[in-house]
Amino acid sequence: MTEMADVWVDDGLTQVPYAVYDDAEIYARERARLFQGPTWNVLGLECEIPEPGDYKTTHLGDIPVVLVRGRDGVLKAFENRCAHRGALLCLERFGNAKTFTCVYHAWSYNHDGDLVGVAFQNGVKGEGGMPDTFRREDHGLTRVKIAVLAGLVFGSFDWQVPALEDYLGPDIVARIHRVLPRPVKVLGYYTQTMRNNWKLYAENVRDPYHASILHLFFTTFRVNRLSQKGGIIVSENGGHHVSYSKLEQSGGDQDYDAAKLRADSEFGLKEPGILGGRDEFNDGITLQILSVFPNLVLQQVRNNLVVRQIVPRGVDKADIVWTNYGFEDDDAELADLRLMQANFIGPAGYISMEDGAVGNFIQRALPGTAGETSVVLMGGEDAASQGSRATETSIRGFWKAYRKLMDI
Amino acid sequence: MTQDDPAALIGTVTGLLADYAHCIDSDDLERWPEFFTEQAQYRITTAFNHDKGFPVGIIDCRNRNMMEDRVAALRKANIYEPQRYRHIISLVRITGQSDGLVEAEAGFIVVRTMIDGSQDFFLAGRYLDKIDLSGSRPLFAEKLVVLDSDKIDTLLAIPL
Repeated sequence: MTEMADVWVDDGLTQVPYAVYDDAEIYARERARLFQGPTWNVLGLECEIPEPGDYKTTHLGDIPVVLVRGRDGVLKAFENRCAHRGALLCLERFGNAKTFTCVYHAWSYNHDGDLVGVAFQNGVKGEGGMPDTFRREDHGLTRVKIAVLAGLVFGSFDWQVPALEDYLGPDIVARIHRVLPRPVKVLGYYTQTMRNNWKLYAENVRDPYHASILHLFFTTFRVNRLSQKGGIIVSENGGHHVSYSKLEQSGGDQDYDAAKLRADSEFGLKEPGILGGRDEFNDGITLQILSVFPNLVLQQVRNNLVVRQIVPRGVDKADIVWTNYGFEDDDAELADLRLMQANFIGPAGYISMEDGAVGNFIQRALPGTAGETSVVLMGGEDAASQGSRATETSIRGFWKAYRKLMDI
Repeated sequence: MTQDDPAALIGTVTGLLADYAHCIDSDDLERWPEFFTEQAQYRITTAFNHDKGFPVGIIDCRNRNMMEDRVAALRKANIYEPQRYRHIISLVRITGQSDGLVEAEAGFIVVRTMIDGSQDFFLAGRYLDKIDLSGSRPLFAEKLVVLDSDKIDTLLAIPL
């Protein structure tokens, strides 16, 4: 048993107890207070379900949900669990349905999650059936509140949650719009299973300190160095962040030349075209990693754009669902750049494959850490925005939001 | 090289796949690009993306230089725990012939063994190959690796 009051050793953000990564009670509390609490969780992109009746199955936290576009065109979501015996209602990843019918006993639901049909409700030949007191309206599915920003769909189990834009704050909203300025199209999916607690990945994406150290591909090719212009924005509540950087020489051709002419490294690329790119957002920013507490990472690496959804799968496992996207009006060259630069990211990505393993290195070393904490002091003790990326300020921000919601 | 005798053709492709798997499984990755033509495409994708026409690859090499860059990055830049693959490749089907290229399909499974001895079934999928038989030895002009599942455990460093 973990006494929640004793989990944290102080009132600060610089000492993270290792217990948060492998304690089943903490995991259950996260489900109740974070994922079923007043947070907004990414569920997908609006363009994934364009037509009335289109649906996708996904997760909010580790809870299975269905996201569906109603006949009225409005997005709705509900728990993917039949109210009768609790079986998964919807098994396909994507589809189109007028109603959702459970395979087990054929209870059926409309797009709002209302129970609209119960097989043999009145029995067979006058025998059996539901009691007269049974009311279908008492047995609808648990609904998820939906909000959409720039084509990104968020859901919350807490209908009292603050409005999405208030939850995010203006800086984060602006940076989401920055990488989602036009109608989106999906370029493909894959899922990376991490053998570590979901928060180790949430911290990893908020950690610019490691980027040029663990990911040597970056350093070797001068794609990203901490000396580059850039900075960290941490939201007011701490939970969301943006890390961004600009190459010293902006513009695709110069980057390309820099790669070819690079003289201080033993390692040259035979095909440096991957390092090129287009300044498509007209601000010189070549890398933007944005997180929204608790489960979204929105990523721009050059011209490769991805929505990453974190799905906890128990205390020591998490799935990262990678959705590569572009825009409907991409010209052929830009469309191809996005695919070419997909080599940077994902489970086989030149600059991201290590992230799949490093959380597991921590998870495997947890035995013996009872009562101990990690050290999160780089760049100070608070969780404010900073000009330097040699900092762990956004990790502290994560814990600031986490501690408040968890009351821990 | 004759393309007329079906049994000989299957034998040629089988031999190529056996050599290819041996190259990867014996950590002779520097030789891996040598199984491809200069302008060969090598892409790893998922059955879901393949069936739906989604173009993104998990690895997407557009020529042999990009494959050599992959190997160089694995050796010099990327950090991952020492691990090795064991490919088991199914019987080969010849699915077509055109423009001097033979199209072939074979299923595979890969078992991954980590340096600490842990050993897991890693991935299953199929190779959709276009093989150039015009030279002194057969070479892949295109190799599309279609994974049955969407999920990759931890990371995919070594090519499949």
